[in-house]
Amino acid sequence: MSGVIESLRVLFGGDPKRVPKKEMPEEVRQLHAHKFSDKERIEAIRIELAHKEKHKMPEKKRRLRWAVLIAVNLLFVLSYHFDIQLLEGALTASRFMGFHMADLNSALQVMLAFKEVVINLLIGTTTVFVLWWLLGGRTFCSWVCPYHLLAEWAEMLHEKLRAKGWAMDIQFDRRARTWLWILFAVLAFATGYTVYEWISPTGIVSRALIYGPGVALVWVGLLLLFEIFFSRRAWCRYACPIGLTYGIVGATSPFTVHYKLENCYHEGECRKVCLVPHVLDLTIKGRAPALEQEVGADCTRCLRCVDACPTGALTIRYKGLGGLI
Amino acid sequence: MAQKKRMTPQQRARRRFLNSILLSAGVAGVSLLGFAPVAAKKLDHRLRPPGALREKEFLAACIKCGQCVQVCPVEAIKLADFLDGFGNGVPYIEAREQACDFSCDGLQCVLACPTGALIHEIAFPSQVDAGVAKVVAPEKCLAAQGKGFKGLARGADFKGKLRYAEIDRWHPQPVASHPYDLELCDLCVRQCPIELQIAQCAQEDEKKRNELGLVAKRQPGECPPRHAIELRLVESNDGVKRMVPAILEGCVGCGVCEMICPVEPSVIVIDPTESREKSRGMRT
Repeated sequence: MSGVIESLRVLFGGDPKRVPKKEMPEEVRQLHAHKFSDKERIEAIRIELAHKEKHKMPEKKRRLRWAVLIAVNLLFVLSYHFDIQLLEGALTASRFMGFHMADLNSALQVMLAFKEVVINLLIGTTTVFVLWWLLGGRTFCSWVCPYHLLAEWAEMLHEKLRAKGWAMDIQFDRRARTWLWILFAVLAFATGYTVYEWISPTGIVSRALIYGPGVALVWVGLLLLFEIFFSRRAWCRYACPIGLTYGIVGATSPFTVHYKLENCYHEGECRKVCLVPHVLDLTIKGRAPALEQEVGADCTRCLRCVDACPTGALTIRYKGLGGLI
Repeated sequence: MAQKKRMTPQQRARRRFLNSILLSAGVAGVSLLGFAPVAAKKLDHRLRPPGALREKEFLAACIKCGQCVQVCPVEAIKLADFLDGFGNGVPYIEAREQACDFSCDGLQCVLACPTGALIHEIAFPSQVDAGVAKVVAPEKCLAAQGKGFKGLARGADFKGKLRYAEIDRWHPQPVASHPYDLELCDLCVRQCPIELQIAQCAQEDEKKRNELGLVAKRQPGECPPRHAIELRLVESNDGVKRMVPAILEGCVGCGVCEMICPVEPSVIVIDPTESREKSRGMRT
């Protein structure tokens, strides 16, 4: 329970808590202390990392994830254009083979603004809530949200430009996302308009794919330009209330990335690729307060860290399914 | 990039905090710009799909998913773009291009709506309250000039479709595939879905009475209780009597008359403003 509370606190923008060495269990302290005595092992990792650097290894899980993301969005497009009626609507609300689905954040905006909830919306919201609780919450972001994919491509460009000194990475306080989440909820309730839906790049890109492009894509383009030149992945990291909503749903999800201190040699490869590196603070040398731990609620389960880790310290875990995955 | 002056951790945290306030204020500021088109009453002239709640409530209740767009057999419904502000992604109908002709009978868009933005209690076209037709240029009306109409109502390139029940009741046909030859132009009356339905109901009732000796039992609203449009003989100032379209109580604002009018621009157009302001989504 305290783990969930800490996970939510970090999700809302708090800095990860640093557990003092003397409060850690004896075995954890020992492991931290002896970590770097195994010189042979460290040398082997160094060689492996150098090898990885040289021959760009394909990120298999990332490819799989992109394939899933494109497939889901394509299913929306094909369902409409070829009238196959598998997945009708857009990401804000849809019907999968006739079953109602409603994006949690869009549904929340509508409920707060309209102040009435019809039964179909309730069914759709509950279905999606259960679905994303089972699948990990922010899994929605990295496996379904079409803006996420555009932002990933923008991020690749950003990294290249930054290496040349043509772009910068302004860091913001992550609490901004929580402020904006509250602000958009209050605005919806007070004004009676679904204010956030107007600028939601997720809704805009989803509708553009299905119903054709429009002026709204200019706004999405501006967001991407901001991310490319001024701040890496800024929208997903510091602004998007959808991400926070799904983060809350996923705080108690059985699907997580699992960290094992024993296998970790603290190279920091995982934090370099992570959208939300604060959830991986426990991989910093001397930080992990336990032998094993689940990565926090803000994690989008994109699994890039699992691919990046050279020593298998980060793995996929589905609680209750033990060693099945 | 120029080498930055070293900042103390406190200064860095302060800078980061201020940046974040700016970022949040920026995003919030942009989001509030969406109020401009609403405040300027730019959206009030939008013709909305059947069953749409009062404009303010409609914008709140609509989840901007486009399921109504997907089920419409004549593809009359479009989603508004960014310039509609808070109306971004909200469905509307451009009647002159493609009106709602109730080809689906059962108001499929209403059934598809997941949030009740299109009111779920509505079941029949005659209960719709989308707007009301207005004859805006009576002097240009072909009927008023005593003229007939021969040919394609909107030309060969027109993309719009209509239900021509005598050809195919279940598949709407392109208007451009259906030439007319009329002694006196009465297209707006002839194609009015409400008038067509009244005629159809009467026909069915009579058939039942004659063949089976039964009186047809119907749900309220299934057959339109009131006429929507007729050509009426009117005496104008010069003493000449002319036929002009007159809009009646039963007009629901579907827009078919606006779409089919062969005069450019249309002599008859839908005015949704009053319905958008006052209607609860349907007539009772």
